[in-house]
Amino acid sequence: MTMGQASITTIRADHRLVSEMVTEGARVLDVGCGDGVLLHHLAQTKGVDARGIEISREGVAACVTKGLAVIQGDADTDLFDYPDDCFDFVILSQTLQATRQPRVALEQMLRIGRNAIVSFPNFGHWRIRAHLLFQGRMPVTENLPDTWYNTPNIHFCTIRDFVALSEELNAKIVRAHALNAAGKPMAVEMPWWFWNLMGEQGVFWLARGK
Amino acid sequence: MSVRINEAEEPHSQVLRLDADTPLQLESGAILAPFQIAYQTYGALNADKTNAILICHALTGDQHVANEHPVTGKAGWWLSLVGPGKPIDTDRFFVICSNVIGGCMGSTGPASRNPETGEPYGTDFPVLTISDMVRAQARLIDHLGIETLLAVVGGSMGGMQVLAWASLFPARVFACMPIASAAKHSAQNIAFHEVGRQAVMADPDWRRGRYTIDGARPIKGLSVARMAAHITYLSEAALQRKFGRNFQDRDAPTFSFDADFQVESYLRHQGFTFVERFDANSYLYLTRAMDYFDLAADNGGSLAAAFKGTKTRFCLVSFTSDWLFPTSDSRQIVHALNAAGASVSFVEIESDKGHDAFLLEEPNLFATARGFLDAAARSRGIPEAER
Repeated sequence: MTMGQASITTIRADHRLVSEMVTEGARVLDVGCGDGVLLHHLAQTKGVDARGIEISREGVAACVTKGLAVIQGDADTDLFDYPDDCFDFVILSQTLQATRQPRVALEQMLRIGRNAIVSFPNFGHWRIRAHLLFQGRMPVTENLPDTWYNTPNIHFCTIRDFVALSEELNAKIVRAHALNAAGKPMAVEMPWWFWNLMGEQGVFWLARGK
Repeated sequence: MSVRINEAEEPHSQVLRLDADTPLQLESGAILAPFQIAYQTYGALNADKTNAILICHALTGDQHVANEHPVTGKAGWWLSLVGPGKPIDTDRFFVICSNVIGGCMGSTGPASRNPETGEPYGTDFPVLTISDMVRAQARLIDHLGIETLLAVVGGSMGGMQVLAWASLFPARVFACMPIASAAKHSAQNIAFHEVGRQAVMADPDWRRGRYTIDGARPIKGLSVARMAAHITYLSEAALQRKFGRNFQDRDAPTFSFDADFQVESYLRHQGFTFVERFDANSYLYLTRAMDYFDLAADNGGSLAAAFKGTKTRFCLVSFTSDWLFPTSDSRQIVHALNAAGASVSFVEIESDKGHDAFLLEEPNLFATARGFLDAAARSRGIPEAER
């Protein structure tokens, strides 16, 4: 446990938020789990049954070496293969905007898992709005460094867009956070319009049904 | 020829002989007794007997996984993967590989002597299945006093055995790696096997399988079977890269049916060297066993049911250019394992070398195997090898 506590101080702020949401011993699927840092952390500190999907072979290999069960695939094609209700939590970190069909991906997540945790860059952040307003060009920021023609991010949304989609899907927002430019959760609960302007990322915990 | 018969009866391997009072009940209903299993081991079994890894060989492989082959003198067929410091580290693990029953390198097969007649079985040998092979291997594992294997690893037909192990003896398999394999043989694969068998049986020297008794050998038929099969082990890109339309020892066509092209010469060589070490009847029996393999059919039509409640960790690997056991075959298994709630990892490795890639120098396969087995060993408390 001491190892877990030591590592919790070094993990990314959004990962820390996610690990606060996940319950002990839960069945967890991390979609786009990269090299498995979050999954490994959850397995160590929360004793979760950790599964992952990762598109890159290098990422899968790194996960396998950590003893994680991870298959090569992606959110657009591989979620369909899982039976209903086989996970307690399905996590999608910083990947929603890169899926071909974000709505379908979210629906699938809430089909195979009772809860979904989604983090995404907020396209409504003031810096992005200002960039578009004053320069008239597609925003390129520190967080989103790709140009419009080579970005993997094909479906940007704002925090308010995400709230609207959650409502359309009849998903209950259990918890929501906006992270500031430093990746820290914004201190106080503010109205959506404020988060939508000031948050660089949204982190949402959704549950099936209202 | 004498070498081949000797290997079938008195192999250059350790042999477990099971006598008439420990018969093997086969899926066909036939009973095999007495029978023997020829096997090689590498490394040392630890005191708790927890560090054993079983390797299952492919159709034309054998137990000589990491030592010089007693017939051909060639290096072990998986020497790149198995040995001291290798991904399957023989300084850390006790590695076992046995010749499958039905084979011709010392485990009982059609080239072995039928105790009832005193002559080689030939086609009187009972038709086997992959599960039969695995049940025979389980006898060997019992004999070695091993309750649970740390891992079972194999490619192609070896991968089928791995899956059968995980399905038949889930409690005895802690982790498993089916590589470039499938849960059932496809129609196309059965078709290729049928071509090979017909080539063997069309050879007048096959003599209805009684060639050994007559002192003949259907080497032409068997080598044609091998040539056809070998094409399926490669990819079009690999053939093109290796041979293109290059001529063999000549600058122009000879307007004959000589081996003008390098690719022809290569295939003839493959056929020719194969018949030196392999028994034609074994080829019939082992291809048949693969054709019959259908793990879903064995479990009421549901592949997931084959793995229901399993605690075994799975790691599947496929290769992008493998059209004999394509990635979709592995994905089907992954799908079923997910449905069964099993712990499963899956990697598709980029390679243009076709099905053969699993036997070749593929660093990404080695890294995956090392990582997976190392993680399994860690969770079983097996210390790292001392260097």
